[in-house]
Amino acid sequence: MYPAYLEENIHIVEDTRVRRLIENRPPLDESDKKALLRKYHPDNIKSSMRKLKVGVNQGDSAPVELADLLEGNSRIDPKKFDPSSPNYNVDVLVIGCGGAGASAALLAHEAGARVLVTTKLRLGDANTVGAQAGTQAADRPEDSPAIHYLDTMGGGHFENIPDLVEVLVKDAPDAIRWLEKLGVNWDKAPDGSMHELSGGGTSRRRLHSARDYTGLEEMRVLRDEIRNKKINYLEYTAAVELILDDKGQIAGAILLNMETEELIVARARAVILATGGSGRLHIQDFPTTNHYGATADGLVLAYRAGAGLIFIDSMQYHPTGAVYPLQILGQLVTEKVRTLGAQLVNSRGEQFIMPLEPRDVVTSAIIRECRERQRCMKTPNGDSGVWLDSPMIDVIRGPGTIARELPAMVRQFRRFNIDITREPILVYPTLHYQNGGIKIDTEGATNVPGLFAAGECSGGVHGRNRLIGNSTLELFVFGRRAGLAAARYAKEVKRGSPTLEHVRRWQEELQQAGIRDQRPVSPRLLPDYTRRTGGYTSAVFQP
Amino acid sequence: MAEQARLIDIYIMGKYYQVPEGLTILTALEYSGYRAIRGCGCRAGFCGACATIYNFRNDPQLRYDLACQKTVEPDMCLVQIPYFPAVKAVYDLEKIPADGDNVKALYPDIVKCYGCNTCTKTCPQELEVMWWMTDALRGDIKAVADKSFDCLMCGLCAARCPQGLTPYYVALLCRRLNGRYLTPPAAHVAGRVAEIASGKYDAEITALKTAGEQELRRRYNERDIEPALEQSRE
Repeated sequence: MYPAYLEENIHIVEDTRVRRLIENRPPLDESDKKALLRKYHPDNIKSSMRKLKVGVNQGDSAPVELADLLEGNSRIDPKKFDPSSPNYNVDVLVIGCGGAGASAALLAHEAGARVLVTTKLRLGDANTVGAQAGTQAADRPEDSPAIHYLDTMGGGHFENIPDLVEVLVKDAPDAIRWLEKLGVNWDKAPDGSMHELSGGGTSRRRLHSARDYTGLEEMRVLRDEIRNKKINYLEYTAAVELILDDKGQIAGAILLNMETEELIVARARAVILATGGSGRLHIQDFPTTNHYGATADGLVLAYRAGAGLIFIDSMQYHPTGAVYPLQILGQLVTEKVRTLGAQLVNSRGEQFIMPLEPRDVVTSAIIRECRERQRCMKTPNGDSGVWLDSPMIDVIRGPGTIARELPAMVRQFRRFNIDITREPILVYPTLHYQNGGIKIDTEGATNVPGLFAAGECSGGVHGRNRLIGNSTLELFVFGRRAGLAAARYAKEVKRGSPTLEHVRRWQEELQQAGIRDQRPVSPRLLPDYTRRTGGYTSAVFQP
Repeated sequence: MAEQARLIDIYIMGKYYQVPEGLTILTALEYSGYRAIRGCGCRAGFCGACATIYNFRNDPQLRYDLACQKTVEPDMCLVQIPYFPAVKAVYDLEKIPADGDNVKALYPDIVKCYGCNTCTKTCPQELEVMWWMTDALRGDIKAVADKSFDCLMCGLCAARCPQGLTPYYVALLCRRLNGRYLTPPAAHVAGRVAEIASGKYDAEITALKTAGEQELRRRYNERDIEPALEQSRE
């Protein structure tokens, strides 16, 4: 239920619906978009960025919150810890088990590798399950991988790595078919053809969905398949450091039992990082849609082991995060709501942006509407927001559409006595996705021999802005590729003896740069939401 | 906000705390100084990791919810549910045709369901769990798949079932059988996979890859955009 003053403003939104029904807002042209992004997009706020002082990407900018962790101190003291007596000895170690990790594990297993999966929370606790809207793949007759390529490059401001985009769009239909065969319940017509929707920045209807539980449906199936294939996995076990060998190749990882703080050594011929994003770092104090464990662990581990990163100064702010009620602040209002026809409306009942512009453009327009033009609503908590006019969907597409297409959204808001079939939703941008990450090639390989990465922790394919439905697609395309490539690599590699020399050198570099005492221990592992009631939780190793 | 909100009394594992009104069970635990390692996932009602059981000081009736979604109420007594494994059938999807007998063969215990409806009353997603178990018994896989679609697999139904059944795993099996066998495969997807394998789009994509940025921008800006509203779906 909205407070009375918001209810009053909703009447203005209702009164302008007839006008907005016939109104056709044109997309912005290139120069207008550029100006809007330059002035309002959070990535362009200079004071929130800092240049890295150590490591491969020295001199590159990163958000302060991420830079601190990338330059963090190891939790392991290399002088005291011996990495040469392993608790596990496998071919392929997969760190993280969302969509990318699960896909990688399944393919590596299929290729005959002995696989161990380790995950910080439960198997499948990842941003993947929150992905509602769908997965892109150009498979309708009106569409083609070339058009998908063009959309993706344009969405990423033409900075995407072309080879990665090519692989993404060409593997896409096969990834969809793979999931279909594994028993994913795609939204389909009775003849089996896919029911596909368009999304921000896509020029064709290309989003494959499973109602608005797409990511959950994909993850449920992959998680089940991991259990059916009896792939070994450890839950509540985070990776805290990679192990290299004396030849500079990957040799495994040091894992931490989150509950007992016991350290575990997993020796592996190849390691796949699939640790996901970084929303829980709350960059620039934005709320986030990300799950509890999204703290950029993979980036930290890879960077310390000498892997290059790309586009780490580029975050995606989802234009529509809930701002009311407070209990769901920052949580995702899926882009599918706009795809289905909901419009973005300011406090005067005006549509101020074409709802299906790319995400960064819509985000910037909402920030302008709130910060500069003050045509927004304030919540009782003091947050600003604009209206996402959801009831418009039923007006355009007929009664019952919202209930049928958006059951998760309807349920989520009904918990707080808001009926999104009749009342609009108050929204503001929320930290959603890490556009950049560990630099990979088309096989998911990094510049460290034996180290692979896939999913949100990798970077390059999306350029500086990811399109809707390309993230879940990336999980399966690059997860599968990394799994296969890692299994192949593991068969051939000649191993050296494991060492933590790179960690010792890293700590020395921090010392020389004069920042060792100023930086936290990393990876962070979990955000700190616990109200301080006493002392500090102990780190395994306090430098 | 926390400082201005009205404080209410709650009990965590029997200990007394005061927390601001409006917090969810999960944020109330954190406000009270507890750090979640288990029992927390997406924080958005999608993953089922934070399934929780609670009752009230003067009302022993157990209630069930997701800790990230349910807001605290005065005199709530919160517990964290202990972990216990649920039995999942292991199978090769390619080797089990979709008929009801296979569901019963993999989960033979479902015949023991005596319809007490505890599972339905327990479901934080408000799903009709008992009805899909009835459908499973009758071998109606499609009905199970449909009724259980919004299942987060939090496991509360299995936790409370007096017969030890695991409705969420039965549902998962049926959904996978439905997706694999009872829904026709998408011919256009398979067709496109074959086209890509034959190299049909290679030249066009290579041309885009080698075009200068100027040209790529021009083609991007001039590309025709299909209407967002599909005409065919009625």
